[in-house]
Amino acid sequence: MRHLLSAADLGHDEAVMVMDTASQFGSIADRTVKKLPTLRGRTVVNLFYEDSTRTRISFELAAKRLSADVINFAAKGSSVAKGESLKDTALTLEAMGADAVVIRHGSSGAPHRLAHAGWISGSVINAGDGTHEHPTQALLDAYTMRKALCGGKGDLAGLRVAIVGDILHSRVARSNVLLLRTLGADVTLVAPPTLLPHGVQAWPCRTSMHLDDVLGEVDAIMMLRVQSERMQDSYFPTAHEYSQRYGLDASRLARLADRAIVLHPGPMNRGMEISAVVADSGRAVMVDQVTNGVIVRMAVLYLLLGARGPRDVRPDADMPVSA
Amino acid sequence: MAALVLRGVRPYGEAPVDLVVAEGQIVEHAQAGRGYGEVIDADGLIALPGLVDLHAHLREPGKEDAETVLTGSQAAALGGFTAVHAMANTDPVADTAGVVEQVWRLGQRAGLVDVRPVGAVTVGLAGRQLAELGAMAASAASVRVFSDDGQCVFDPLVMRRALEYVRAFDGVIAQHAQEPRLTEGAQMNESVLSGQLGLTGWPAVAEESIIARDVLLAGHTGSRLHVCHVSTAGSVEVIRWAKARGIDVTAEVTPHHLVLTDELVRGYDPLFKVNPPLRSAEDVQALRQGLADGTIDAVATDHAPHAKEAKDCEWSAAAFGMIGLETALSVVIETMVFPGLLDWHGVGDRMSASPARIGRVHGQGQGLDVGAGANVCIVDPQARWEADPALMASKSQNTPYAGRSLPGKVVHVLHAGRPTVLDGRLA
Repeated sequence: MRHLLSAADLGHDEAVMVMDTASQFGSIADRTVKKLPTLRGRTVVNLFYEDSTRTRISFELAAKRLSADVINFAAKGSSVAKGESLKDTALTLEAMGADAVVIRHGSSGAPHRLAHAGWISGSVINAGDGTHEHPTQALLDAYTMRKALCGGKGDLAGLRVAIVGDILHSRVARSNVLLLRTLGADVTLVAPPTLLPHGVQAWPCRTSMHLDDVLGEVDAIMMLRVQSERMQDSYFPTAHEYSQRYGLDASRLARLADRAIVLHPGPMNRGMEISAVVADSGRAVMVDQVTNGVIVRMAVLYLLLGARGPRDVRPDADMPVSA
Repeated sequence: MAALVLRGVRPYGEAPVDLVVAEGQIVEHAQAGRGYGEVIDADGLIALPGLVDLHAHLREPGKEDAETVLTGSQAAALGGFTAVHAMANTDPVADTAGVVEQVWRLGQRAGLVDVRPVGAVTVGLAGRQLAELGAMAASAASVRVFSDDGQCVFDPLVMRRALEYVRAFDGVIAQHAQEPRLTEGAQMNESVLSGQLGLTGWPAVAEESIIARDVLLAGHTGSRLHVCHVSTAGSVEVIRWAKARGIDVTAEVTPHHLVLTDELVRGYDPLFKVNPPLRSAEDVQALRQGLADGTIDAVATDHAPHAKEAKDCEWSAAAFGMIGLETALSVVIETMVFPGLLDWHGVGDRMSASPARIGRVHGQGQGLDVGAGANVCIVDPQARWEADPALMASKSQNTPYAGRSLPGKVVHVLHAGRPTVLDGRLA
């Protein structure tokens, strides 16, 4: 595998391998010296067109723990703010010898374009593009579920997962549906009809418009951030009504199965999609998600870059194949 | 002026004749080999009346890096056209007599096709105040087609007034049917795929609801309406219904909506970003059927050249549009003629007679009978060619057909009796 653009890029065995690799890195994270020499001399660029401190530092830490050189290229305060095109930025990074570009972009498909337009030869990792995908988030979510519910091994066969909230605008939901299905889990999307994408019936999952109907039959429930501004566009009448119908509060938490866990990709809107009581409860695994995010991203970087030699050894070994 | 003889040509694919042209007119259908004059070999090739495009963006004034009236005219001539309507969304907007006359004069100077400027319906395409439609109609450019293309004339009262007002000079409003609120931020056809790709959908209903409103307005006011670039099966149904009611509505379809589908968006290549967006295979079939049965009156290219940087970027940053003048006839041959949906008379109607009638273009769309204006497109329908953007006359290269094998090569073109294209090259 050369790029990670979509959760659909990962087959069952590859996804399990990423998690197994992450698991090995997890044991290193417990050591005093957390660094491995694996990617010494390699350069990873974090190219972030949107503010996302948590994702950026997660990737940064992952690359540094593998001894890669890390460059943070934030759109704000760079030439991008003055209107440089993605292409010119890509050519610049290529000329500087980036082995991997981790890209966060507001435009769906921008990582795909970066990988396939012939601008760069390094690996591209999608760190969230528009309302499209966020595959490493799905990997860390799957890893977190596997560790908490499946003994930390194998896939997620038979696991029942609900994803609740603004599915329409969520790249996390898209990647999770694809990856969880690949790993054998049964996914139910829960949202008001206005926040379900057109054509969602064709997705490999079920949908429900009623959170209360699914609470008793899930092993994991993932609450998505819902921006209260969505009510300006008539997606729902008020934040209060949204919270009443689709928010996870203490009474709904009590109706979950005993072993069920609560996930949230962050940042949370406490009081909106999730109450503070739930967020702070023992069922919530958000802190584990952050911890697991680093080792899962180490695994992705390792599998994309570690298996290949440094770029200057085989400069044209495998140019991007256009789709 | 000496007579020209198109030797051995088959008008609309019928028996070969010598088509004799003099003084800008077709003067004789002589027995093949017997016509007298300067001979242009057209043995076995098909003669169609010169093609008329109701909808092209020639970008001048304002975006001369993408196209000029001259390069657009060259592309048009090579595509078999003898008349082209130049859309009003230039910079400055063609919303005054001064701008439309300028574009018209540039067309005259290029001298390859009749360049027919389209006037804006509203000042600055802003949709609020009517532009000086009468002044544009009375200008040297004799504007008859008015359109805010690129923008929908959304305000129903402004649309009603425009439909009524242009009746004074036999004009027509060509509507870009796009409900603006339903298409805020829209990037591609709303479909299962748009949901998967995370691209904001452009739902079919946003087109169909405006067309439904407009045909009712046209019926109520007794005015003439033309619908630009129809792209959905539902739009075809609405127009079919309106025509059955006797409403004076005409419609066009682009070549790309006859052949390409939204599946092409999967790779996020902005070459396939166009407005209205590429639709489903079912829509494509309905559009072909509508064009075949006459519900859709004309093929119009919506030739939309863009400079390289406007497409060499991520999807959402890219401009909408694709060039089409040099490939239109080939696409119609592939999608309509070869499957038996249109014969050559049908092609002549949908690409010449009907658009000329809708645009009130004098001297065009008159067919190939003796006495008609000598606007002739000679095509070799069997020849196949590979679309190569680098070889196109258009100043821009944003064709969706690069590398694709297309049938039908335009060999010769006469414009007002004068050869503009000979042996596939500008004369």
